[in-house]
Amino acid sequence: MSLGFLTRTRGRGRFDITDWLTWIYLFTAIFLMFGPVLWVVLSSFKTEAALQEYPPTLLPLAPITVSVEGYEEPLQLFRVIAGEHEGKVLAQVRRIGLMSQMVDPANPAEKLQVNINDRVPEREFALALENYTALFDRFNFGLYFWNSAFITVVATIITVLFNSMAAFALSKYQFRGRTIVFVLIIATLMIPPTINLIPIYLVVAELGLVNSPWGVIWPAVATPTGVFLLRQYMLTIPDDLLDAARMDHASEWKVYWRIVLPLSAPALAVLVIFSVMWRWNEFLWPLIVLSRSENFTLQLALNSFQGELQTAWSNLLAMTILTLLPITLVFAVLQKYVTTGIASSGVK
Amino acid sequence: MAVVELEKIVKDYGTTRAIQGVDLRIENGEFCVFVGPSGCGKSTLLRMIAGLEEITNGELRLDGQRVNEQRASQRGLAMVFQTYALYPHMTVRQNLAFGLENIKTPKDEIKARVDGAAKMLQIESYLDRKPKQLSGGQRQRVAIGRAVVREPRVFLFDEPLSNLDAELRVTMRGEISSLHRRLGNTMIYVTHDQVEAMTMADKIVVLRAGVIEQVGTPLELYNRPVNQFVAGFIGSPRMNFVDVTVDAVDGEVVTVKDANGHAYRAAVDGSGLAKGDAAQLGIRPDHLDIGGADGHEVTVNAIEQLGGDSYLYCERPDGTKLTAHIAGQTPIKRGDKARAVFRPELSHLFRKDTGLAQKRLKIGEAV
Repeated sequence: MSLGFLTRTRGRGRFDITDWLTWIYLFTAIFLMFGPVLWVVLSSFKTEAALQEYPPTLLPLAPITVSVEGYEEPLQLFRVIAGEHEGKVLAQVRRIGLMSQMVDPANPAEKLQVNINDRVPEREFALALENYTALFDRFNFGLYFWNSAFITVVATIITVLFNSMAAFALSKYQFRGRTIVFVLIIATLMIPPTINLIPIYLVVAELGLVNSPWGVIWPAVATPTGVFLLRQYMLTIPDDLLDAARMDHASEWKVYWRIVLPLSAPALAVLVIFSVMWRWNEFLWPLIVLSRSENFTLQLALNSFQGELQTAWSNLLAMTILTLLPITLVFAVLQKYVTTGIASSGVK
Repeated sequence: MAVVELEKIVKDYGTTRAIQGVDLRIENGEFCVFVGPSGCGKSTLLRMIAGLEEITNGELRLDGQRVNEQRASQRGLAMVFQTYALYPHMTVRQNLAFGLENIKTPKDEIKARVDGAAKMLQIESYLDRKPKQLSGGQRQRVAIGRAVVREPRVFLFDEPLSNLDAELRVTMRGEISSLHRRLGNTMIYVTHDQVEAMTMADKIVVLRAGVIEQVGTPLELYNRPVNQFVAGFIGSPRMNFVDVTVDAVDGEVVTVKDANGHAYRAAVDGSGLAKGDAAQLGIRPDHLDIGGADGHEVTVNAIEQLGGDSYLYCERPDGTKLTAHIAGQTPIKRGDKARAVFRPELSHLFRKDTGLAQKRLKIGEAV
């Protein structure tokens, strides 16, 4: 059925111009969006040397080496493209100036002289997994991952809890000043975050939360977007259900916890996705609050790969991939709620 | 089991007064129906009894105890909503058990009560389904079941049948009545459908614009409506009204004349009336004798033959519309002229200025 859907055409049985345009448009979009990601994934498996190579290759390729009789170290293989030995595949013994001394692996006794411009390295597809293992062995990836995960999970739980309570009150209780409170919350969306930066830092510093994950968590948990999203969704929950629960001896807390919260699940899922993405990808605020490396989140750790003089690209890329993975998984699991949650929180 | 007493109950929404000082006493085990046109405050009154609306003024007592300040969750009443209001994320069983869990009923007792109620309402076979998998009638049963398991002091019904189709409504009507007979609880039932009110109630409370117009048994309201509003509201089709002026008041009979000079007699108490007073003569469609040789001439505009009953929609020469109900079938056809007789012992008379009824001295049905 899905195949029928995919191969459906506007023209009867053949490709119409709109079909061509659609396919071209969609493939361009796929290329633009996934091309860079794919390149990063492939590059993360390249050795540092392969990364520096110009022109760059798409696939991670590594030079082939062979062990040749009479030599202790494995020798790198080259293909000779010009000169006397053109077409042969030779192993390089050593390089002297512009000339390279090579041997034929089949005939190790005879030494051959080849100009270095007349040979290209033989390469094969090889994954430089050491980029990844080094993260764990040398760069303390586990600690940064734990820091990021802790901040993301805890901040998301608190965000969902606080925002849903605020949304519940704003959508289901009649009280004086309800509209004003709501408008004030929404109005904070208009203040650029950079303006808040210093005041919030002062508060966080005053509370002694600098260099603590809580310094990242607390300022982030109250989000106007979340309150708005949940409130709009909760407005669609019929009041009769709440009244029915009250008649069923439910306290207001129970009405919230057993009735309103479960029924808001689609909107909550959307907020969870947003919150996870925000917290996981957040960079500026953790950079300000967390200055000791044992408190770094993954984003800060990534940043620290980039030194003033040199950058460890291979490890940086590997860590980038590992950083992307969890959030991709969260999105894959919860994405079906995004459209329903956003769609139904907007209308009605 | 409870006696519900309302004393000078008032409800204000901002500056508008929705309920204007209602006094009412509902006896233990009574089936009381609040009826009235939409916007008359009947649902508000019910929600105030339930505790879902605050009482602005006056006192509400359950078994003699003031409960104004108690929350809905503490009053021990159960309510069935028009929209059923079943918790969509819970199964039928969880829906029924929710209230009992909240008052920390032991697990096995919850199970016993839920199973009992499910058996009584014949919803056992879908206890594990979600509400959206049920039909309207089944949902209604579950909603009633949710009230039944709680064994409440008073059952409150807020137009529970208005979302059902006609046939199901008749069935559920019977079931709620038999439920009341079986359980014997006090029940308060809100409806705008006077047929529901007439068929189910021990006591009907007719409301209009936040004021009680009349309280009585169904037949009291039918036979002795205190005013024109109640007379028009109770009974289907509506009572016919003819503008008249009082011609003579003679102890047991009041003679009136319409604009064309036709004279009618009504067997009502004439006190307070004098010759020349404007009044309205009322007669129910069931009581209009039509098709005989005497009476006043009317034109039959439309006719509905249901086989067992016939309804004739007639017009008098002066334009007043009259509806007549005849048992069985009739040879009268659309466009025919016919003669209608207002029998004095079946006629009602209302003062034009206040709408109040003159007391009827003979009740036609009793004869």
